[in-house]
This record gives sequence, C-alpha cells and structure tokens, in this order.
Amino acid sequence: MTTDTELGSRLARGARAAARAAGTPDALDVARAERRGLVDIAYVRYDAPIGRLLLAATEHGLVRIAFGDEPDDDVLEHLAATISPRIVASARRLDGARRTFDRYFAGRGDLDALAVDLQLALGFDRTVLDTLRAQVPLGATITYAGLADRAGSPRAARAVGNAMAKNPVPLVVPCHRVVPSAGGVGSYGGGPHIKAQLLALEGAALQLA
Amino acid sequence: MHPPPFELLLGAHRARLHRYLVVLVGPTDAADCLQEASLSALAAYPPADTDHLSAWLFTIAHRKGLDVHRRRARQRRLVATAAHDGHATLPDVELWDAVARLPDKQRAAVTLRYAADLPYAEIATVLDVSEDAARQNVRAGLRGLRRAITDTDALTKEPSR
Repeated sequence: MTTDTELGSRLARGARAAARAAGTPDALDVARAERRGLVDIAYVRYDAPIGRLLLAATEHGLVRIAFGDEPDDDVLEHLAATISPRIVASARRLDGARRTFDRYFAGRGDLDALAVDLQLALGFDRTVLDTLRAQVPLGATITYAGLADRAGSPRAARAVGNAMAKNPVPLVVPCHRVVPSAGGVGSYGGGPHIKAQLLALEGAALQLA
Repeated sequence: MHPPPFELLLGAHRARLHRYLVVLVGPTDAADCLQEASLSALAAYPPADTDHLSAWLFTIAHRKGLDVHRRRARQRRLVATAAHDGHATLPDVELWDAVARLPDKQRAAVTLRYAADLPYAEIATVLDVSEDAARQNVRAGLRGLRRAITDTDALTKEPSR
C-alpha cells in the first residue's frame, strides 16, 4: 500500500521532471508589458570600464544609477518603496542610454542628451543637481563653493556636498566634476579612484593635492 | 511590509509557478499561461494585501490554468477528440492520468501541494476555501490517486499470472 508521503514525493518528482523537460520558460514579455503601460521602472545592468552599473529609468528618463558596490536588490527595494514596485528588468527602455554610455566611455561624446527623472532629489538638492547638469559641461570642473554660488546659495558648500552624496543619477548629473577647492578629487560614491578615472577620461585638468 | 520589486517577486516564485502550470495544463500551454499570469499580476501589482504575495501569484496562475481547461473542454466538444492533454508527456503516466481524472478542487489541491510545494494556508487562499477544506481536498485527492493506481497495478499484474 502506497503511503501519502510516498505518493506525495512521487508527484513532486514527476512535477520536477516534467518542468525540467519543458525547459526554462520565456522571461516576462517586457515589450507587451510596456505597451500596456505596466512598467513604472525598467532596469538593466551595464558593464562599464569603471565597473558594473545598474541603470534604472521611469518613462521620463534615468531615475537611478548605482555603482557595483551597492547590491542590486537594495537599490531596487529602495526604488520600490519610494517610487513604485512595478519594476521590471528590461534592456529595451535603456537601449538608448546604453549606447550613449558606450560612446561616453569611448571618449566620443557626453551624456547631456540623456533624459533624467530627478524625482528622488527634493528642494535644494534638486536645485543643485539641475544647476550642475546645466552649467558644468564635460571637460570642466567646479568647486563645492563655486557650485553653491551658482545655485544661488554662496555659503552652502557643505549642503552642496550633501546633495552630491545623495545624487541619484551620478555620471549623468556629473557630480564627479565637483572637486574640493583645496585640490585633489575629493570623495565620490563609487570611490575616489573612479572619480579620478572619470575626470581623466573627460580630459579635465586635475590639480592633484 | 513594502511590496518588493515585481521582478524580484516573480523571480522568487517563477520556477514553482511554472512547475504547477506544467502539471496543470501541460508544457506548451504552461509557458503561455505563465506569461499571461505574469502580465496580469504586473497589471494588478501591488495587491491590497501584500502579506500573502505567493498565494496571490498562484491564484492568478491557477485561474489562467482553469481558462485553458475550459477552452479545451469547449474544443473537445467541437472536435470530439481528447486532444493534447499535458499529462500525457509526463513520466509516470498512470499516476498523472489519475491526477487528470480527479475532481477539479482535488486535482488543484494535490498539485498545489506537491508540484508547487505550497503550504496548506496558501492552498486555501488559492482555492478560496478554509485551511481545513484544503487539507481535506489534498487527502481526498491522494485517496483517489491511490485507488486509481492500485487498480491499474492490479490490471497490469493480472496477465502475468
């Protein structure tokens, strides 16, 4: 007489074998999901010369760029909690961004044409990021105090530093171009060596301390 | 609890959802069912109750599976053939034949329990019954299966005498 447990494991084994035989099912049909407007945030992993990046975009533009030292799941969980959990892996929406990054890292273009969605930056932080992106082009640098001045708050160099540290879209909003007035490259989310690497790539004149 | 990113939620349950659907509707329709279920889930995500997301996903997949069954029943009535039922491709055919012949609730309960590894509480949610009823359906299903395979065993042993 077959016991329930034996019968159960016979069913479980059979189901596993059948699923294996059926092969891995296709991933979510992102094209269809996007056509139906179901994807609030699409993301893709991008291998850059400065390491692996995670690029995430809403329908308005890049909303988050994370360096490899931040676990992907943490980044995605944060986006789910702050913007929307309808987050789907999709190369489609980020195809243009990836091509622009390819050109940028090859030294053949800037990132100015990329659309960004700065909804994660509020108040003064947002003003600083907008000012930086609009006024400090590839090849240039600016000091924290200088950027504070441009953003209309000359004494807010420290607040500018905070805004840079919280920049949701590094590279595209070029916080790597903001350097200490004392010299050197200063701190950077992905690490100072990456900041130096980016500035070298952009051919900026570096005053090393 | 914050609902997790959809991609991570689906990733965590995808293999089990697929296994359940393969057993329920066969390998070909399972892929389509999983796709439809995933899109429906994304469209409705996040549900109001975010504490039972696994059961919620299986409920959606289960309904897609039932749609396939209904469609097949209609087709069968039209062409009068017992066409491509998925279980025919499974190993251990006599057992899965017996599964296919179980009453709907028992078949669903048994496959949710053993193909999808769902706890009774989640089976209850998917089938919209009490946890006790979920247990009873699994037990009754197993009893039915045992009876069916014992009969076939007896039948196949008969001629060798």
